[in-house]
Amino acid sequence: MDFDLSKAQKLLQQSARDFFARECQPERVRELMASDTAFDDALWRAMADQGWTGLIIPEEHGGLGLSLVDLIAVTEEMGRACLPGPFLSTLWAAALIDRAGSEGQRKQYLEPIAAGEMKATVALLEEDADWNLQAVQMRAEKDGKDYRLSGRKEFVTDAEVADVIICVARGDGGLVLLPIERGAQGLKIAATLGVDATRKLYSVEFEDVVAPEANALAFNPRTQEAVDAGTSVAIVALCAEMLGGMQWTLENTVEYAKTRQQFGKPIGIYQAVQHQCADMFLMTEGARSATYYAAWAVSENDPSAKLAVSVAKAYCSDAAREVGNRGAQVHGGIGFTWEHNLQLYYKRAKASEIMFGDANYHREEIARRVVDETEG
Amino acid sequence: MNLNLTPDQQHFRDELRTWLQANVPPPFAGNTSEEEKGEYFQYLRDWQRKASDAGWAAISWPKEYGGRGAKLIEMAILQEEWARAEAPPLINALGLYLIGPTIITAGTPEQKARFLPKIVSAEEIWCQGFSEPNAGSDVASLATKAVLDDDHFVVNGQKIWTSLAHAADWCLLLTRTDPDAPKHKGITALLVDMHSPGVVVRPLKQMTGDASFNEVFFDNVRVPVPNVLGEINKGWQTAITTLMNERANLGTGTYIAFKRNLDELIERARQTKRGGKPASQNPIYRQKLAQAYVELEIFRLTNMRSLTRISQTGAPGPEGSILKLQWSEFNQRFQQTAMEALGPHAQLWGFDDGRWVFNYLRTRANTIEAGTSEILRNIVAERVLGLPKSY
Repeated sequence: MDFDLSKAQKLLQQSARDFFARECQPERVRELMASDTAFDDALWRAMADQGWTGLIIPEEHGGLGLSLVDLIAVTEEMGRACLPGPFLSTLWAAALIDRAGSEGQRKQYLEPIAAGEMKATVALLEEDADWNLQAVQMRAEKDGKDYRLSGRKEFVTDAEVADVIICVARGDGGLVLLPIERGAQGLKIAATLGVDATRKLYSVEFEDVVAPEANALAFNPRTQEAVDAGTSVAIVALCAEMLGGMQWTLENTVEYAKTRQQFGKPIGIYQAVQHQCADMFLMTEGARSATYYAAWAVSENDPSAKLAVSVAKAYCSDAAREVGNRGAQVHGGIGFTWEHNLQLYYKRAKASEIMFGDANYHREEIARRVVDETEG
Repeated sequence: MNLNLTPDQQHFRDELRTWLQANVPPPFAGNTSEEEKGEYFQYLRDWQRKASDAGWAAISWPKEYGGRGAKLIEMAILQEEWARAEAPPLINALGLYLIGPTIITAGTPEQKARFLPKIVSAEEIWCQGFSEPNAGSDVASLATKAVLDDDHFVVNGQKIWTSLAHAADWCLLLTRTDPDAPKHKGITALLVDMHSPGVVVRPLKQMTGDASFNEVFFDNVRVPVPNVLGEINKGWQTAITTLMNERANLGTGTYIAFKRNLDELIERARQTKRGGKPASQNPIYRQKLAQAYVELEIFRLTNMRSLTRISQTGAPGPEGSILKLQWSEFNQRFQQTAMEALGPHAQLWGFDDGRWVFNYLRTRANTIEAGTSEILRNIVAERVLGLPKSY
């Protein structure tokens, strides 16, 4: 039994940490936050040069063909750097295409994504913002050899910079995944400002957008499976990002507790402060355990994979928020300021908690699998 | 990352599983409360004897002392299989896991030959005399005196929270032998015959009604000098060996027991009606049951990471220090969830053999025994995070 990153994965992680320490310092994060799209073309190209935009894309489509466990070694560092931009959105879309697309579609999209030439995202949520696939209402109406899309998608991450948006809609036979390219007739994208300015959210209006039926990625029942499996990849990558954010908050809070003096002593000498830090460590390590396992289970197609993903997202959602709370508490007033970088991580943690369903959502997913009586 | 057992480990597991299937006795039929302890203890001694005859009692010990020189991962497998088979506990657990290893580390050849075989066979039961009324978390401030008188130490004082003292034949006792030295430097560890004149054991009844702990009084108890374990006045080093072992619970057996308890609760919640529907369909209880599942998974997985780390480096990593915090605090939250989901019945001693009310009460001590949560958080803060020492 070996439940740890391998030597090669640890090297990959270290190189990612060094890369972001160089290329994505907090000043740059703040500049990107203040920009319209939080997208940095030079940074994106540099990441593509490292191979990360194609890290889990199969080699025959120009990727590195590595596993999800390799990927989380990198996305943890993205979380530590609070990396802005469409990496996660593109990863999610690529994972859907990889699982649902035909050979031709995979070639069409995955090769430019791996090369860093294409950004993508997924349009799933609608007005009621329900992460259940059953809640998808938007119709994909058949019209000859085309689908026509009308309706509005909400909480679409990075839609403004995406070269292609994978729209999840409902056709006569069930869910349909339709790739809609930037600039398509009838596509209107409007920014909706959210708590985390490093990952921009958009409302995307489809006004009779036409997509050839041949473009659809897959049809039920494979669509549902593909969306589940592809989304699992993105959830695990997000959990690792959250883990990286927790690790940053833990380390910076402990450092602050060692140096900040009150009553003539570093505040870290007081047990009330020590125990906050110890709890932050507990939650961070718990999140690490859950995330590593989920990554392993998904990459191995283990029967426990879905459950493991929900366990990881449920735990990380609560833990990331709470680590932020404890960190802010130990920092005192300075941690509440705009000037201090804690706020970047605090807000990212909140937005990440919400994305793909919070702890309550995933606990209900878990309950359906372990509390309800299962057949056989 | 590879979470599968190696062929050797699988072979070990299969061999043990087969042995357990053939040999685990039926559950003890009688009363396990204190009046009946005689019979129950005999049942447990017989079981350990059977296990030791087959070579399963002290597998982590070196071969020359009756062990198999088993690796940590095999210990973890053993604890898991033991729990899975619902096998009775090994009555001499303190001897096997804490005191025996301390004797192996610090004992003389004579002490090893005299004591180790009878620990393995449960012929002699051991207890651990560390805590005192005024020396709990700060155990190094202990006051039980041992004064040298020719070739004996004469012991006077009191110990408390001593598990198994009422059944024990021997005690690993920490005593103060140099009252003038700094507190860590005047302690001597003695191997004390519990049948010596002047030893009085008084059971301590707990809030559960059980008496698994005791007070032990020493009144001019004479202990031969050859029964010093380690060196005179260097007993703190000896004690540290034991305490390190105490917190190195491998967790795998604990996990299986908790998981079984959670499965029982889920099954019960399906049968319990709330508002005309099973409690298992109530959204609040579903959330809490799922949260228990999440926390239990975190414990299982963190434990696996800890075992990996110990196997690789020989020492527990940072995740090791949080396991006891995790399981003890989880267990308290979980038993509260059980009380809520099962409703008024859960408080009854006649419902499910009283297991829910017993567990609810018993877990109160989980965050106190073997290192309080406060002490463990201090340890994490100081030794893992490098914060300054607070006391």
